[in-house]
Amino acid sequence: MRINKLTISMSPHNHGNQSVKKIMYGVIIAMLPALAVSIYYFGLDVIKINLIAIASCICIEWLVQKFLLKGKTTITDGSAVITGMLLAFNLPSNLPWWIIVIGAVVAIGIGKMTFGGLGNNPFNPALVGRVFLLISFPVQMTSWPVAKVIDFTFTDATTGATPLAIIKEGLKNGKGISELMEGLPEYTDMFMGHMGGSLGEISAIALIIGGIFMLFRKIISWHIPVAILCSVAIFTGILHGINPEQYASPVFHLLSGGLILGAIFMATDMVTSPMTGKGMLIYGVGIGVITVLIRTYGSYPEGVSFAILMMNAVVPLINNWTKPKRFGEIIKN
Amino acid sequence: MIILYTVIILGLLALVLAVILYVIAQKFKVEENPLIDEVVELLPGANCGGCGFPGCGGFASICVTNNSLDGMFCPAGGNETMKKIASLLGLTVEEQEPKVAVIRCNGSKEKRPIVNNYDGIKTCAIAHATFGGETGCIYGCLGFGDCANACSANGITMDEESGLPIFDEKSCTSCGGCVKTCPRGLIELRNQGKNNRRVYVACRNSDKGADAKKACGAACIGCGICMKNCPFEAISLNNNLAYIDFTKCKLCRKCTTGCPTGAILEVNFPPRKSEIINENIN
Amino acid sequence: MLKTFSKGGVHPKENKISTGCKITQIEVPKQACIFVSQHIGAPAEPIVTKGDFVKVGQIIAKAKGFVSANIHSSVSGTVVKIDKAIDVNGYKQTAIFIDTDGDQWLDTIDKSDEIKFDFQNKEIEEIKAKITESGLVGSGGATFPTHVKISIPEGKVCEHLIINAVECEPYLTADHQLMLEHPEEIMIGCKLVQKITRAKKVLIGIENNKQDAVKLLSEVAKKYPDIEVFALKVKYPQGAEKQLIKSLVNREVPSGKLPIEVGCVVQNVGTIFSIYEAVMKNKPFFERVVTVTGKSLTKQSNILARIGTPINLLIEAAGGIPENTGKIIGGGPMMGKALVNEFVPVTKGTSGILLMPKNQSTRPQSCNCIRCGKCMQACPMGLEPYLLKNLSVLGMFEEMQTEHVLDCVECGCCSFTCPAGIPLLDHIRLGKATVNKMLRDKK
Repeated sequence: MRINKLTISMSPHNHGNQSVKKIMYGVIIAMLPALAVSIYYFGLDVIKINLIAIASCICIEWLVQKFLLKGKTTITDGSAVITGMLLAFNLPSNLPWWIIVIGAVVAIGIGKMTFGGLGNNPFNPALVGRVFLLISFPVQMTSWPVAKVIDFTFTDATTGATPLAIIKEGLKNGKGISELMEGLPEYTDMFMGHMGGSLGEISAIALIIGGIFMLFRKIISWHIPVAILCSVAIFTGILHGINPEQYASPVFHLLSGGLILGAIFMATDMVTSPMTGKGMLIYGVGIGVITVLIRTYGSYPEGVSFAILMMNAVVPLINNWTKPKRFGEIIKN
Repeated sequence: MIILYTVIILGLLALVLAVILYVIAQKFKVEENPLIDEVVELLPGANCGGCGFPGCGGFASICVTNNSLDGMFCPAGGNETMKKIASLLGLTVEEQEPKVAVIRCNGSKEKRPIVNNYDGIKTCAIAHATFGGETGCIYGCLGFGDCANACSANGITMDEESGLPIFDEKSCTSCGGCVKTCPRGLIELRNQGKNNRRVYVACRNSDKGADAKKACGAACIGCGICMKNCPFEAISLNNNLAYIDFTKCKLCRKCTTGCPTGAILEVNFPPRKSEIINENIN
Repeated sequence: MLKTFSKGGVHPKENKISTGCKITQIEVPKQACIFVSQHIGAPAEPIVTKGDFVKVGQIIAKAKGFVSANIHSSVSGTVVKIDKAIDVNGYKQTAIFIDTDGDQWLDTIDKSDEIKFDFQNKEIEEIKAKITESGLVGSGGATFPTHVKISIPEGKVCEHLIINAVECEPYLTADHQLMLEHPEEIMIGCKLVQKITRAKKVLIGIENNKQDAVKLLSEVAKKYPDIEVFALKVKYPQGAEKQLIKSLVNREVPSGKLPIEVGCVVQNVGTIFSIYEAVMKNKPFFERVVTVTGKSLTKQSNILARIGTPINLLIEAAGGIPENTGKIIGGGPMMGKALVNEFVPVTKGTSGILLMPKNQSTRPQSCNCIRCGKCMQACPMGLEPYLLKNLSVLGMFEEMQTEHVLDCVECGCCSFTCPAGIPLLDHIRLGKATVNKMLRDKK
């Protein structure tokens, strides 16, 4: 029998089972535990904010691809959903909807599509959106609703500050750490997520579960989260050792703010992180050190977003420095 | 008072910076023959690389420093530009026949049935490295338009219907970019010809007649009829493939009428008398 | 811990569905089409003309230069024409067409199944001459002439003779089956090559998914001094020369150098068997074991095929071409070449024929690179495929050279692993070819 039109292509003729879609949806699944915890503490507002952020991210990506770039639309690959979710995770749960939409416009429109879409953006788009909002709407962005156990209403929750903000404010007013710590939640509460803060950042345990899932699915490697968390722990440990009244303990720093969210979900974004293990370690340590510097010496109480964006900027350089060692490389003496 | 201080400080600053700039400009000044700029002015500025030098500037500087125009030719500007350069530099230049790019493949989709399905990157270079092409002809145009991308004058467009590139002869600067790009070596720079008329064999298939015919309806089968018909000995036959030497061709068109497959193309000729009659009958 | 190489590599689904299928012979084809260039190097020069009668094993094209190999007739009959035919690359190449008439072998060939053990009294020069004469080439797929590979340059010492029985390509089982059926012959072949190369040790590397072969060869090897069999961890591309050396003796061949630089000579197990046949049985290289496989094929087979047999005959012997075939691959799925049609003849480098159904014959749709770096982790040579691809697209071939594109072994790990489905290797191959051309032009 004669077969018509055999397909011709270069080798290899088979393909591994990884795909961009699978990776993206894997990340989304990994974010669900953190989402569930934040619904538990902040109520249905969380779902509203997430939906607004995701929908506006997808819409904007579609509009830009359809009408500005006039090319293929790739909204189904899931990357816009991740950007939307990450953006929502970085917002307080009582934010007005229009601010979220502005954040999405900046995140997708400026952070991602201006560079050519998925894969070409030097900065993490969700963080670009988040930082833009933080600078433009400082009041709305830093009035955090107090976490309380499940309450399925859309009522205006009472607002309060995050542990980091309380410490910063207290230190400014001349109080000591031990005095301030009394007014803060227990470490176990912070670990479970019972504290004020952005949607996704509160529960360390849920984020770590997501991180282990991604590690297991080989979506991320251990290098970046470990480098960030270790460098923060060591740096703050040294500071705490020098003066425990001026600098909070490492455990507090690890559990508070967006550090774990940033270390597991934001800094590991494939597009904006280095490619080799060595590069990832350098990048992670850089983020950790800058975060601690901003937290302890800067004017903002929290610095993970800024740290990640700063290190994003040097990723091409890191990639250049940390080229993999070639097989059979002849080392010149 | 404040205003006065401001003006003085800023003025001083400006002076200092101006001095620094002046010193640097003097120190790193590149001596350049002003003639080079004048020659560049005369060139078309396409930076097509057709002369073999990196851009119009490179060509101009060689023209000036060599003090001779032997072997120098700007294909985009043509004889007129060269004459202007020669008179500017006080040199002489040989006149060259203007050239134009033609594609020596006429295997449109209907004449060359597709026998394989190519699943890969849609560029000619990679397709050529992969295999012989989607059609049975391993010599013909691949149709992915590398030449169109290489053309410095945007004079090449891909025709969806035939799958072949269309060369706009008016915009062709004969830079030869497409000639270098085509992995199959199908594109040739030929003399523009009298009244822009050209006759050429639009095929590169060097298989034996039967094989070539099987692969493509418009293939040159190397029968040699054209060679016999040609009164000027302009046609040669090598590897089952005819080639018309454009320096000898007198555009008599005796070869085209005899060609059994229609592999010889004639461009910009008025229709023949017999064709006019045929059309009238139809 | 099983040995393996350290850098990069992937683990594609093994799919060795033809495992355990006995090596069968098929009918001699009516017409054989034998290419004059079935090896790396200069094409051989035909020494027969139209109308000549040739016997099986008769030399029909002579090697031209040192890096070249003789070509022998695989059938007996009349030469009908010397013409061009489409080869595995999809391009036309000179071939000798022979119409078969009976099956008459040269008298010098020992056709018996009896194993000849008297390898001790063969002289080095005699073995070398036999190998050169018999037109042996590396049967793993690279088809480098064997007599070139076993001649040790002056000043170099061969410590280890490494036998590549890894067969890391998915689907292929030809070498596996050969080892199961001819272990003694392979050992004698090893001894012969050891004699010429003066290697101190012979190391046979077999991937651990062929445990029966490991066991059998280890058993047989006890009778022969200096031969050791190693089971290796399953990882692609372990069968690549440099990776195998790294796995077995933990030495890295310097970039751009040959294995002899680190005191190793690598031979494919199929080649070793052919060396045995050539030296002990006087049988030139005119037939080889070919795996014919594919998930939709009814009869998985390992066929001892004459070189020059059109592959459609092999497929017919394996149950005929299934209707949904979308792609026929000469070789394995990782490095094999997609064939233009099913009439391409078997060559010295054809290790397998793989039929892919239509739904598996096209590649996944590609999207933008997401800079995940998986290609870098997968590259066994420690290159940066994503960077090479970008440079290739931009046409920056000189930069590709400084990024060591010539180190690429074209194993396909990068394209295989890319989640964005980018055919990285296509671009890199283009760059490699262009850089090679640039270097040639400079000379």
